Amino acid sequence: MKKILIIGWKDLIVTFRDRAALIMMLAAPLALTVGLGFVTGSFSGNSDNGGIQDIPVAVVNQDEGELGAVLVETFNSPELAGLLEPAMTADPIQAKLQVDNDELAAVVIIPAGFSGSVIPDQETGELSEAASIEVYSSPARPIGSGVVQSIVTGFVNQVETGVLSGEVAITQLVTSGLIAVQDIPQVVEQVSGRLQTAPQSGASPITINRATSGLNSEQSFNPIAFFATGMAVFFLMYTVTIGGRSILAERNDGTLRRLLVTPTTTVQVLGGKVLGIFMSGFAQVGLLILGTTLVFNLNWGDPLGVVVLVAAVSAAATGWGLLLAGIAKTTNHVASVGTALMLTFGILGGSFIPAESFTGPLQSLRLITPNAWAMDGFNLLNTGRTLADIVGPVVALVVMAAVLFAVAVFLFRRRWASMV
Amino acid sequence: MAEPILTTKDLKKQYGAFEAVKGISFNVLRGEIFSLLGPNGAGKTTTISMLSCLLEPTSGEAEVNGHKIPKEAMAVKKVIGVVPQEIALYDTLTAKQNLVFWGQMYDMSGKALDNRITEVLEQIGLTERANDRVETFSGGMKRRLNIGVGLMHKPQLLFMDEPTVGIDPQSRRRILDTVQDLKGQGMTVLYTTHYMEEAEELSDRVGIIDHGKLIALGTQKELTRLVGEQETLRLHLGDGLGQGDSAEKTAEALQTLPQVILAGAVNGEVVLTVEAAAEALPAIVSWANGANVRIRSIDIEEPNLEAVFLHLTGRALRD
Repeated sequence: MKKILIIGWKDLIVTFRDRAALIMMLAAPLALTVGLGFVTGSFSGNSDNGGIQDIPVAVVNQDEGELGAVLVETFNSPELAGLLEPAMTADPIQAKLQVDNDELAAVVIIPAGFSGSVIPDQETGELSEAASIEVYSSPARPIGSGVVQSIVTGFVNQVETGVLSGEVAITQLVTSGLIAVQDIPQVVEQVSGRLQTAPQSGASPITINRATSGLNSEQSFNPIAFFATGMAVFFLMYTVTIGGRSILAERNDGTLRRLLVTPTTTVQVLGGKVLGIFMSGFAQVGLLILGTTLVFNLNWGDPLGVVVLVAAVSAAATGWGLLLAGIAKTTNHVASVGTALMLTFGILGGSFIPAESFTGPLQSLRLITPNAWAMDGFNLLNTGRTLADIVGPVVALVVMAAVLFAVAVFLFRRRWASMV
Repeated sequence: MAEPILTTKDLKKQYGAFEAVKGISFNVLRGEIFSLLGPNGAGKTTTISMLSCLLEPTSGEAEVNGHKIPKEAMAVKKVIGVVPQEIALYDTLTAKQNLVFWGQMYDMSGKALDNRITEVLEQIGLTERANDRVETFSGGMKRRLNIGVGLMHKPQLLFMDEPTVGIDPQSRRRILDTVQDLKGQGMTVLYTTHYMEEAEELSDRVGIIDHGKLIALGTQKELTRLVGEQETLRLHLGDGLGQGDSAEKTAEALQTLPQVILAGAVNGEVVLTVEAAAEALPAIVSWANGANVRIRSIDIEEPNLEAVFLHLTGRALRD
């Protein structure tokens, strides 16, 4: 055991003395976290929205009916006061120009006749020509325009749901004989009236629900926390790649042979290498957590949970590094495959894009990456959960590590003679 | 007579159909420097690898200090030290850190380790560079540290595999002096080389190895007796001759002279083995005049290991 620790410690020192590696292990993830933080406006001050705030949006309401007014009220609601900075305007062309000049994130144009296209006329019972709400957004502000888009989409969905519900209800009433066909216009009028009178009574049929998940209501989505986590786990794969590479490098440099002519067993040598890779990864993520805590005042959550999760993801990543070393023929091979793996895992695992964005097979595929489990675990800890709540991700990472170690041992056994 | 610390009997290493080492038998006596002399690819490193328990022999027996190879590999490894041909050090660690690490691999620790590091640094002349990273060292300094690592645990038998390859003459001189010092301290050394002059300077006994076979073994006197009283003549040809084909054609032609036992071309020089230089020289000069071959100078050499190798194999040691 002592020799395993000595070899592992030696590898840790060798790794951290490599200046180029230090840049990739520590400087790059910190720099990326800062950069991405600036992009999301996370440094512009505290807000409930974790940095996304005061999105400038113009609203042009050309609708004569009540639905347009409801949407305008939605944009001006107290619940969205910190998130949006809405401004009413009558000139859609000027507003679009402001979007083009990056003065606004988006302009929402509610066309004339929008209410009439949804709610039948009280006298004639007819709907006017279909009219769509236009959201003209700035590509330079993807997050802000995305927020505006989602609010409008939510509104439209609510309206469509209401219309569909009304149609279904009326059809059911007629089918069940509770109303006669000739009474349909009267019933429609009552339903429509509800939509029209609701704003005047102060109860909007369209409400915005903002729910904060987790036990600690003060914890909310923080882009810096997301990116710090994502980058730490993303660059962990770099560290284990160079760790895996070091096994082949020792073969090339002759130090592996030299180790094996000392009274040191193969198990001790390989065990030491594995420990070295693990310790390098653990130290790297640990330093990044410490750095981001000090620099960005991040709260990573339950300390014990963080330590256990860092150990688990380091073990899983080490497994991937060993697998690389077991498969690759040369150090260059390790480097190139390792880079490809690092990028793939980073994207799939949610280091750059929240996992909730993934659909279909990607949701399952991401789970082969240590990044996915680590991100899930850190997200739980960030929102106030404890060690008990991250058992799932920890177990998954430990199982991943065990399986990969077993495969790597099998591969090394087969090719050990050629490595020596 | 000293007892053997290392014995081998019909040691063989085969890779598929290729026999890298074809059943060699020799022993190394305690306190002596034994050289394995042979050209590149002769099987020297493969032999060292088997004796240091890195490679399992295909067949044959070997013992170090009474411990069988490969059965008692751990016991063997504790008493041997190895200075490999490649510089096997950690470049980003300092000289001292390398010695600490490798000493720990030999189960050294504490004060004993610290004291030994001081001794070794002194012995290899790197005390002042102890805290500098190996990556800042010259090739010669790295070689010296490479040797130092092999000496850390005071091995009873030290394998040195071509330790002077690719370094400057000054560093080479230093290493050879170090090896002489080790002998003075009673260490037993198995030294492999393709440099005849190193084997001649250092060795008590020499084993000449070629194509995996031990073709001669003995003291230098015993080996040079194989070529009798024969002398070696080295002809330096003039006026741009002596490069490539011309030296070889000249050697081919001189082989026909009755006074010449063996003729060959090495690095543009014509090397002749003759019974007596005094008798052969007039015939050689006469031939050269007749063939219009200009000879710039002729060196007369006493029988040496190079001549022995040439005599035994028909080839130069360094072709």
